[in-house]
Amino acid sequence: MDLHDSKAYTRRDFIGAGLTLASAAVTVPMFLQRSAYGLPMPELGASSMPGVPEDHILVVVQLAGGNDGLNTVIPFQDDTYHKARPGIGIGDANVLKLGREPVALHPAMEGIKDLYDNGLATVVQGVGYPNPNRSHFTSMDIWHTGDTSAVGNGWLGRYFDNACCGTDPKGQKVPNPMAGIAIGREAPLAMQGRLTKPIGFENTDLFRWTGEDVHSALEDPYHNITRAGEVDEVDPGSTAAFLMRTALDAQVSSDKIRKAVAQQPLVQYPRNALGQQLAMVAAMIRAKLPTRVYYVSLGGFDTHAGQGGVNGQHANLLRTFGSCVKAFQDELKAQQDHERVLTMSFSEFGRRVYQNASGGTDHGAAAPMFLFGPMVDAGVLGRHPSLKDLDSGDLKYNIDFRSVYSAVLQQWLGADPKAILKGSYRPAKVLA
Amino acid sequence: MATAHHRRAASTDVTPSMKRISTEAFGFDEARHLLWRAGFGGTPQQIQALASMGPERAVEYIVEYDNIPYESVNSSDFDKDIMRPPTQAERQAYARARRENDEEAVARVRAMRQERQRSDRRQVAQMQNWWLKRLIETPRPLEEKMTLFWHGHFATSYRTIEDSYHMFMQNQLFRDNATGNYGELMYNIIRDPAMIAYLDNNDSRKDKPNENLARELMELFSLGEGNYTERDIKEGARALTGYTFQDDEFVFQERNHDDGVKRILGKRGRLDGDGFVTAILENRDCSRYMATKLYRFFVGDYPTGATEADEAAKRVISDIASNLLRSRYELRPVLTRLFESEHFYSGAVRNEKIKSPAELVVGTIRSLLTPTRDLGVLSDAMNLMGQDLFFPPSVAGWEGGRSWINTSTLFVRQNTTCFLLTGRMPRGYHDESRNDAYSPGPALATLREADPAGAREAERVASYLLKLLIGRDSATYRESLTEFVADNGGRLTDPVITGMILLVSAMPEYQLC
Repeated sequence: MDLHDSKAYTRRDFIGAGLTLASAAVTVPMFLQRSAYGLPMPELGASSMPGVPEDHILVVVQLAGGNDGLNTVIPFQDDTYHKARPGIGIGDANVLKLGREPVALHPAMEGIKDLYDNGLATVVQGVGYPNPNRSHFTSMDIWHTGDTSAVGNGWLGRYFDNACCGTDPKGQKVPNPMAGIAIGREAPLAMQGRLTKPIGFENTDLFRWTGEDVHSALEDPYHNITRAGEVDEVDPGSTAAFLMRTALDAQVSSDKIRKAVAQQPLVQYPRNALGQQLAMVAAMIRAKLPTRVYYVSLGGFDTHAGQGGVNGQHANLLRTFGSCVKAFQDELKAQQDHERVLTMSFSEFGRRVYQNASGGTDHGAAAPMFLFGPMVDAGVLGRHPSLKDLDSGDLKYNIDFRSVYSAVLQQWLGADPKAILKGSYRPAKVLA
Repeated sequence: MATAHHRRAASTDVTPSMKRISTEAFGFDEARHLLWRAGFGGTPQQIQALASMGPERAVEYIVEYDNIPYESVNSSDFDKDIMRPPTQAERQAYARARRENDEEAVARVRAMRQERQRSDRRQVAQMQNWWLKRLIETPRPLEEKMTLFWHGHFATSYRTIEDSYHMFMQNQLFRDNATGNYGELMYNIIRDPAMIAYLDNNDSRKDKPNENLARELMELFSLGEGNYTERDIKEGARALTGYTFQDDEFVFQERNHDDGVKRILGKRGRLDGDGFVTAILENRDCSRYMATKLYRFFVGDYPTGATEADEAAKRVISDIASNLLRSRYELRPVLTRLFESEHFYSGAVRNEKIKSPAELVVGTIRSLLTPTRDLGVLSDAMNLMGQDLFFPPSVAGWEGGRSWINTSTLFVRQNTTCFLLTGRMPRGYHDESRNDAYSPGPALATLREADPAGAREAERVASYLLKLLIGRDSATYRESLTEFVADNGGRLTDPVITGMILLVSAMPEYQLC
């Protein structure tokens, strides 16, 4: 036996071992009763509000780095726009017009334009918050916590704690271990609740034990050890029992998720990281995981230098975003899940109105959000912020981002936004 | 099949006694417990050596660590000038460029600032590796453990202050006073540039006091919520006006300081920051709050909801609190009494605390003598487990306990110990893994010496490893391990023993200490 010979146990062996996993699934109900899955758990039926369908899913697409909103949703009829951006502005002839709206999309966003034309997209203009913070970290934390002081748990985490927990026999709240799944290196603050923590992985290879790759002989004993659940010889209130239950939850979640994403996508996705992430999300939705919120992200929007115009760095990012979201919506349609999945995108801030000397843009404030799916109130919502009436050189916001959260929580997830967002925000009219 | 009456009765084995544990009662398990809680675990030889000292000398060895020689931290290890403030000439040049709309010059300054920020972020990453290495290598584990305690207590994050050298200075402040005097630390923390920047005291002037530091000083650093009034915060903030820093030095700006009469926590006078801290230290709630924090860090969660355990904990916490007052906040005598106490070694206390990510990573290396492999990978892994050194999640520090664990972090934990033992990462082996194989010899050394025949029997080795690594021998686990040996040739070769250790490290209870 050689534990350091990687050839001893290759990827192919692992896929073969997947068969053992599948057969292990027969025993699932027996050990399920010892995990959180065995408890009364509002799987997809987390809603406590009458009249709200109970199988709704939210997918959040984070555009990290501060997306240049002005070159995304372009006020192409405004001279100030063209004057402020002599090198990177998009000419009238190139923009993708949205009907008769005075704003248009960047030419690289054909995917989004297609969704818009089919009534599957809402553009929310000038979204922000008071006293905008221009630090990536802090502004991102503000969007994640839903709190301008940028402290506390995540807004989705609070939603999970509030609306997605089960109860144990003693009446204690038990978090749903699969309420939220985030794909990416770090699980986002937005999904961290007091009780509920998201599942997070960059790819599903990371959501499993690597010891199985070291040697196949470790697999069976590992399963015996981690799938026993809470054993009789420990006190059920002890930390050891808690760990045993969590270990079992981890195994069950890992099986379900890896089985789901092993399926081939039904449509062709662009070959990039966001495409892969969204393909995984679609697969997990197709497999009917008890997950209410999925989280993906695309980085690189911090375009301080050489961001380009019709082509270039920013155009490529927007193309990636648009084409991946389009493929995702197509796949949801193909698998008949489109009616139950709302997709929402945001960035921590927009960028300055005036381009800088390096052919880029510096950190700004208000910017657009997008919502996708047949349930959205398709169109362009709100006014575009003035390019002349600025707040220290930046666009002023018209719509507080928490009004959008509020609409999503109340009208889509069937939760009480007041209990989740600190304060009361009138839901923005983003859903039909 | 076990039935309900075989379940271990809940928390019966707990005593509130602060009497010193007897020499007879202080054996291998107790010494192991002491090493984990007051440090980061140890090899079986280290555990045995500590056990043979008896409780009094063993605790002295851990607490009076100044007697153990170790290289002190060199303040020139890091570049202190990366984030130095601009000189007057630089400021003037920048102002001129802006005035004259010289966009290129403005852009140049911005680009330089961004470059400095990038190199400072690189430096803070190096600092994480540096501290992690120190945690792994120190012969004075309690010194680093208490440094970590203060880092979580006076939590300050690089994310907000973006000045790595200030984080380093603060870290050194904690190390210098690790088991010294808590009051001393309080007087120092209101002068600490990282803390002043983190809680916005640099903007606090008498015409516009900022309440952030005054509030957290009482709520999180000393008294706990509910033990002060909003007025105490307002008056405390006045006392702290003018406490700021320039470059790396604390500066008291008299012109910005409000030297009027204040009334804080019942104390009246022209109080400044020191007067404010003194008023806090003289308050009984302070000793109780700090006793609870120390208890949670070293002993266990409190309250847990289990009546008997909570009653015992409550009595012990009051004992620690009176001790803190008696010693005038000198920590060494307080920790000594705690680490010697019968309570500390209660069955219900042992193996019931979830290892922090630092304890898991550092403890695995120190107790099994695995290769360190790659500090960067380990720092990353700790971040994924929720403990990014120099980046605590908020001013409240790390919550600890069960909040460390969820399905994702559990896999990261198991995979990190697997990485240490085998060099295997989720997507293949680490480059150096072949040259840096783990040898299970040291883990088995004491068994081989005491029972050479037993060291060749799978069942005996399984039972030994379980006691060593999870503190509990269990028939079910023993069976899994012996089956593994039997299925792999039956001989206890090094790879087979490593496989056994790998399996034990994946057991849910491996997360406990």
